[in-house]
Amino acid sequence: MDNLDNINIRIHSYESAGTVDGPGIRFVVFMQGCPLRCKYCHNPDTWELNSGKVVSAKNLFDEILKYTSFMKFSKGGVTFSGGEPLVQKKALLPLLKELKKEGVHIAIDTAGTTNIDDTTLEIIDTMDLAMLDVKHIVPYEYKLLTGLSNDMNISFLEALASKNKRTWVRWVVVPNINDTKEYAQKFASLIKKYPNVELVEILPYHKNGIYKWEALNIPYQLKDTPEPTKDNIKELAEILENQGVKTLYSS
Amino acid sequence: MNNQVKAWEGFKTNKWQEEINVRDFINLNYTPYEGDDSFLAPATERTTKMWKKVADLMKQERENNGLLDADTSVVSSITSHGAGYIDKDEEIIVGLQTDKPLKRALMPYGGYRMVEGSCKAYNLPLDPKLTEIFTTYRKTHNDGVFDAYTPDIRACRKSGIITGLPDAYGRGRIIGDYRRIALYGIDRLIEDKNEQKNISNLSSMTADVIREREEIAEQIRALQDMKKMAESYGLDISKPATNAREAIQWTYLGYLSAVKDQNGAAMSIGRISTFLDIYIERDIKNGVITESEAQEMMDDLVIKLRMVRFLRTPEYNELFSGDPVWVTESIGGMGIDGRTLVTKNSFRILHTLYNLGPAPEPNLTVFWSNNLPVGFKKFCAKVSIDTSSIQYENDDLMRGFFGDDYGIACCVSPMRIGKQMQFFGARANLAKALLYAINGGKDEKSGEQIGPEFAPITSEYLEIDELERKFDKMMDWLAETYVNALNIIHYMHDKYSYEKSMMALHDKDVVRTLGCGIAGFSIVVDSLSAVKNAKVKIIRDERGLATNFEIEGDYPKYGNNNEDVDAIARRVVKQFMDKIRRLPIYRNAVPTQSILTITSNVVYGKKTGATPDGRPAGVPFAPGANPLHGRDTNGAIASLCSVAKLPFQHAQDGISNTFTIIPNSLGKTRDIQVDNLVGLLDGYCGNDGQHINVNVLNRETLQDAMEHPEEYPQLTIRVSGYAVNFIKLTREQQLDVISRTFHEKI
Repeated sequence: MDNLDNINIRIHSYESAGTVDGPGIRFVVFMQGCPLRCKYCHNPDTWELNSGKVVSAKNLFDEILKYTSFMKFSKGGVTFSGGEPLVQKKALLPLLKELKKEGVHIAIDTAGTTNIDDTTLEIIDTMDLAMLDVKHIVPYEYKLLTGLSNDMNISFLEALASKNKRTWVRWVVVPNINDTKEYAQKFASLIKKYPNVELVEILPYHKNGIYKWEALNIPYQLKDTPEPTKDNIKELAEILENQGVKTLYSS
Repeated sequence: MNNQVKAWEGFKTNKWQEEINVRDFINLNYTPYEGDDSFLAPATERTTKMWKKVADLMKQERENNGLLDADTSVVSSITSHGAGYIDKDEEIIVGLQTDKPLKRALMPYGGYRMVEGSCKAYNLPLDPKLTEIFTTYRKTHNDGVFDAYTPDIRACRKSGIITGLPDAYGRGRIIGDYRRIALYGIDRLIEDKNEQKNISNLSSMTADVIREREEIAEQIRALQDMKKMAESYGLDISKPATNAREAIQWTYLGYLSAVKDQNGAAMSIGRISTFLDIYIERDIKNGVITESEAQEMMDDLVIKLRMVRFLRTPEYNELFSGDPVWVTESIGGMGIDGRTLVTKNSFRILHTLYNLGPAPEPNLTVFWSNNLPVGFKKFCAKVSIDTSSIQYENDDLMRGFFGDDYGIACCVSPMRIGKQMQFFGARANLAKALLYAINGGKDEKSGEQIGPEFAPITSEYLEIDELERKFDKMMDWLAETYVNALNIIHYMHDKYSYEKSMMALHDKDVVRTLGCGIAGFSIVVDSLSAVKNAKVKIIRDERGLATNFEIEGDYPKYGNNNEDVDAIARRVVKQFMDKIRRLPIYRNAVPTQSILTITSNVVYGKKTGATPDGRPAGVPFAPGANPLHGRDTNGAIASLCSVAKLPFQHAQDGISNTFTIIPNSLGKTRDIQVDNLVGLLDGYCGNDGQHINVNVLNRETLQDAMEHPEEYPQLTIRVSGYAVNFIKLTREQQLDVISRTFHEKI
């Protein structure tokens, strides 16, 4: 436990609890740093590892434990989101282990943009739920959308499968990029191969983060992209459900 | 078969048939229900028609400046009016306060000024004979109080450091055990009271013994009047109820007697649903009634409870907005034997919010426990999401203090039913006391010397030790003046406006509590935190009084689950409570306090100058124990955690928290929202939070309702400790509600 005092973690912010990043009521830590540059990102202010604020792992641990009653009763827990939380996986792992000892349910909201090394495997072992963002299943499109290849995304999905880790796959539906029925069919076929995936959470693309791009003086390329309607989302969800893939989306 | 045998047929017996002991009866005979809401029946055609009639009358009432009709010549009593009906042939449960629906009764014993003021405000022709009687021949509670008030107390009342005192109307916060009438019938209760009179100390006629004998005699008279009143409806309540309909009717007539006799600030009904379920279960089992008929009876009872009215002045409405009566019904909870007290009737009474639509009354209060059956928890959460009409109080916390047959009076005040009553004490404004500490007892608004002439703080910046020392002294004075006022009030209330109908439904030796209260709680806590952690500069006006403050730097604020400031919060609660504990109290009442403002947080704020936390002069306080809106920036759960840390031990009259969340932030789907609200309530309960009002609403809905009130006749929201029709709030209060923290993220 002592060692948590000496570990620094860079975070953007945290929420005392949230209900949209995993099951139940959850403490959500938004970690700083992300190697991806997704065109629709709503948290571009988490990209740079060297900004945000530094907190000790112990402080974070103490803060999280203040909410165990709510976590326990709502079957919630803590979610590490970002940014890409695995950018700081070495610092994260000891914290996760201590939280695990306290019986806190741990979810990691990640795009899997990291090497599959021992630390990664240990993190997978320690977490209770992976929330894996699969931004696009076509490699070329993935790169166009995020700036990086989807190799790591796929290897991470495989690693989760090999450990039979409970997984929610997240799909941000962006019109003109990954919102067709055909895409949904293919998405469902891919997911079906992984029995450890419990459900696909479908998230409609939204523009609430544009002001952050403007504040950071980064040109926003999706200005003319519309937000999907509830009906669009429902239609895509039905395609997945018809293939036997469970879905979760805002109704 | 004689009537009593028939009434009790099939009931298990133990002590309750030998002595007046409703709890024993419930414990032996109720059927816990662990299922879900699927058994519930919709409104019958009759119910819908009946409610439509009443809703139309309520619409006329609203259009007529909030008053449909009022009696201006008959002094209200249990028997003052003949039978009144909405639609005689169609009513299942009968009884109105006066001869016509929504016609308000005239209740002068608490204070004739309230009657005159109300009549003047509504342009009602008050019978001059009455004025003669109540100004020449018959003294009221209000007259008595002002005979005894000291100049100090009058000054405090005027400056607003003590407000809302029940010195001009009924004090309320007494719950008759109305169930006794159904279980035993009036004759048996009179017999019991006669016995009580005989055992009072006959050898030494001290003032206490004389008072007790007179009070019991009054109680017996009230019981006899209840019988007469029932007879006017063709009902004989001298004997126990023999079926569900009678049980509901008898219980209601007891309550009706109370609201004919007293215009108490809060007239709560107690904890009747599970008791009534025993009769309903028996009738259903015997094939006498169907589920639909059972629901219909409960619907009809609730229609009646929604119609209780008192004649009030506009000033009263400013304090306690929306015409509240606090017909509080406590629902659910757990028995001390570990079985749940949830029955099917706990569901039925909540289901009236669907069958009749949402409404502020009765004030439906769920006794939450982590051990409640899941089906009931989920149903409650669903009702909250759909109607924002229920409040929750922590049964796991209170059961240890009050057993398993207690109820809530008003908003948050727990008391054992039929065994305990309260001397209601409104509240003292601690934020103002803090300013008095800085200004040497001078009022920051009027400049008058109200408090003791202590040396004011003269430094440029506030210094924490000096401030705390002076504040502590000022609270000594405030507590003393405040309790003095309350002692006078309750002495006079007992003397001139004794609640004979309600006390007739109590045991002989009741526990009395003095329910003190504090307002401006979060303001004081944040002010102390600001002075401790930042630099607070005093800005003085031309009179030399501190009327503004400049804060340099930031400070931790109450409502963020920050231990540094939450520790201050806990300390302030105990500090003021201990000051009350030291003082002698009328009738040896046990001192308690609440952190509850109802809607008076707006008026209190208006009367209080700028405070060292950075709040500008005149701005509303946070309601109850809530953090000030906008300051609880760590999210809803952090805010709940801070409030839950407050010590119930030192605020046993209740700690009110009003919580508003937008539906989407509870989760993505309806099922998830229900589960998360259950989890949130369980977490708050597990953290020892005592009370929570839950609103699940979008801000836009309220804004639209302000613009188009006619489209939202039943829009109900929870405010500090009770529910109101949003459209009945003053515009100022509506804006206050809208400006409060809506948790858009949990």
